[in-house]
Amino acid sequence: MTDISLKVPEAVRAQPYPGAPDNWKRFFTFSTDHKVIGIQYIVTSFFFFLVGGAFAMVIRGELITPDADLIDRTAYNALFTMHGTIMLFLWTFPVLVGLGNYLVPLMIGARDMAFPRLNAVSFWMIPVAGVLLMASFLVPGGPSQSGWWAYPPVSLQNPTGNLINGQVLWILAVAISGVSSIMGAVNFVTTIFRMRSPGMTWFRTPAFVWAVLAAQLIQLYGLPALTGGAIMLLLDLTIGTSFFAPDRGGNPILYQHFFWFYSHPAVYVMVLPAFGTFSEVLPVHARKPLFGYRVIAASSILITIISGAVWVHHMYASATPPWMRMFFMVTTMLVAVPSGIKVFGWVATVWGGKIRFTTPMLFALGGISNWLFAGITGIFLGSVPIDLHVHNTYFVVGHFHYVLYGAIAMAIFAAIYHWFPKITGRRYYEGLGQLHFALAYIGTQLTFLPMHPLGLMGMPRRVASYDLEFAYWNVIASLGGFLLGVSTVPFILNMVSSWILGEKAGDNPWRAYGLEWLTTSPPSVENFEEIPVVISPPYGYGQDRPLVASNPNPKTIADSGFLIEQKTLSPEPE
Amino acid sequence: MTTEQAIAQDIEAKVRHTQEREAAGNSKFGFIVFLLSESVIFLSFFTGYIIYKTQTPNWYPPGVTGLEIRDPAINTVVLVSSSFVIYIAERFLHDKKLWGFRLFLIATMAMGGYFLYGQAVEWSSLPFTYQSGLFGGLFYLLTGFHGLHVFSGIVLQAVMLGRSLFPGNYDNGYFGVEATSLFWHFVDVIWIILFGLLYLWQ
Repeated sequence: MTDISLKVPEAVRAQPYPGAPDNWKRFFTFSTDHKVIGIQYIVTSFFFFLVGGAFAMVIRGELITPDADLIDRTAYNALFTMHGTIMLFLWTFPVLVGLGNYLVPLMIGARDMAFPRLNAVSFWMIPVAGVLLMASFLVPGGPSQSGWWAYPPVSLQNPTGNLINGQVLWILAVAISGVSSIMGAVNFVTTIFRMRSPGMTWFRTPAFVWAVLAAQLIQLYGLPALTGGAIMLLLDLTIGTSFFAPDRGGNPILYQHFFWFYSHPAVYVMVLPAFGTFSEVLPVHARKPLFGYRVIAASSILITIISGAVWVHHMYASATPPWMRMFFMVTTMLVAVPSGIKVFGWVATVWGGKIRFTTPMLFALGGISNWLFAGITGIFLGSVPIDLHVHNTYFVVGHFHYVLYGAIAMAIFAAIYHWFPKITGRRYYEGLGQLHFALAYIGTQLTFLPMHPLGLMGMPRRVASYDLEFAYWNVIASLGGFLLGVSTVPFILNMVSSWILGEKAGDNPWRAYGLEWLTTSPPSVENFEEIPVVISPPYGYGQDRPLVASNPNPKTIADSGFLIEQKTLSPEPE
Repeated sequence: MTTEQAIAQDIEAKVRHTQEREAAGNSKFGFIVFLLSESVIFLSFFTGYIIYKTQTPNWYPPGVTGLEIRDPAINTVVLVSSSFVIYIAERFLHDKKLWGFRLFLIATMAMGGYFLYGQAVEWSSLPFTYQSGLFGGLFYLLTGFHGLHVFSGIVLQAVMLGRSLFPGNYDNGYFGVEATSLFWHFVDVIWIILFGLLYLWQ
């Protein structure tokens, strides 16, 4: 018997560690390891973040003066369309899927996702979608100019008359990313429902996993509606059907319904994993259990349900009948309740904790403060009278950038810093991280806060030139935007140099309480030698209760009773 | 072989068996989740159809008064009964009777093929095209999208038929056949709704 049990660790140690830079070639293969795929997702989408960010720099450069002098209006239209599309479909969605891919199996004590090959296929569709979208710069007529929501009749205009035009490529790219998302969602939901380790009941499942589940359920019910709308739009555009074309008797408003039925819940697809990140990062760095864990976990599912019935608040100005406006105003107010519950829980978690102001903690706290602000302006926009006043103005732009950059991107950075030691096995440089946070946080306020007064003054969105009275705030916003661009430099420096040269992190550098910290950093291919048996709810900081019954990696992990139950050893019979 | 090795092998076999069963369970669960999600595309098309139909004053294109219902009704009966036929095929496979399985699977494919043929005949005889206003576009979109699903179902059945020719394929469970059959029932249910919307509600 001793013979057999001694042979296993050799085999385990011989396994390559995905995440270590010495076997970087793995990241360019069709790997089915969820950790490799997670890193592939994160790095690929970060590349697109840089592309979308470069477009944003050009947009802000254009808007620093009132005239359309840097680029012409056609190019401006194309750039804001591509900026929005890239940032949503090629950065925020995939990077969060990547984080989920990396973390969910580790957090639930599984060896991989339920369908590893499907997982790899969903990842490799993202670069394909990216190439298709970028290719639209090369076709005659250039990229789509109809904004990221592609409303008809604007999106149905085809001045060059070519079959392959920017709009068609846009629809194909979005469709491919949609197929990838659906496959990913099937994978996540199956994994979370069926592969949680023994003893991990629903209320022992980390809040991040709850949030990912809630987000992926939205993908499953929402994304097909957008797919349906996109198919009809594509047919209108290519073979001349008349679903959304008003000049042929179609109804363009119906497209808006199809689009927003998915695309409003899509905000929650992106923000729920961000919420999950806050719920994971705060307890670790405040050394306190997550306040109201069960309520925070369940409120994610509540968001999934309510967010399916709020979409018309994007369409108050689309000749929507008053009863409909009233109904969706009420539901929009309602969906703020579970978010509010979460914010309350986070504040109470931090309250009185032994806070360590590490980079992930700073990003999490910054993200929550931005989310609070975005939530309040969201309530403004959800109420019909104010929305009709600021509809399609910079107020809306400011609001959703606070959500997408202020809250979600900050949460993504918090997650990357927090799990960087686990993913790479090395520590990042704290000073550079804090510099990144300072630049990003100040940049966010400088860029997006001025958009609110601009919107209230009446500056419309999606214009390359504007009246002189808007110049003051626009200059500040542009300078802030360039600061945001600069803030990416310390991040890249930090990530690249730490991954190669950083100090070894050890298995649990934060002394965090969770299954992902019970494996080596970076984890071996199988994650756990033995499937862990969970005996406690998560977040047991300061409560002196172990998380698992026995060590899942007895050969590589040592633990003094913080995470693993210490059994009093019975004397050996021999 | 020592006792320890025998025990180790036994444990290994049990673990593998559990893993295989779990994997098959995962696939089934995942496939049902996928079908539920897929049904939302149809639901959104149906909703679109209902909204268009109730809000458009001149629903039919000029010269069209409605759809002929007799041949589509026959088609419907054929497609819906094929759901029972594939169920019988599955039962045969369950009892390890491969020839019965193959026979009834071929019958299902023939019925699906007949449905597609009937659809093609109907399409070629219609007095309107997909460019004939909202009704034309929606009619071809809905029937065409459903027809694609029927076609995919037949392809899946052909694959399952091919797999049955290799011995041992269905010895340890037959998730593929279950999924194919589930998909076929799904396609049938969608058609029943579609038949109601397009042909009965005129």
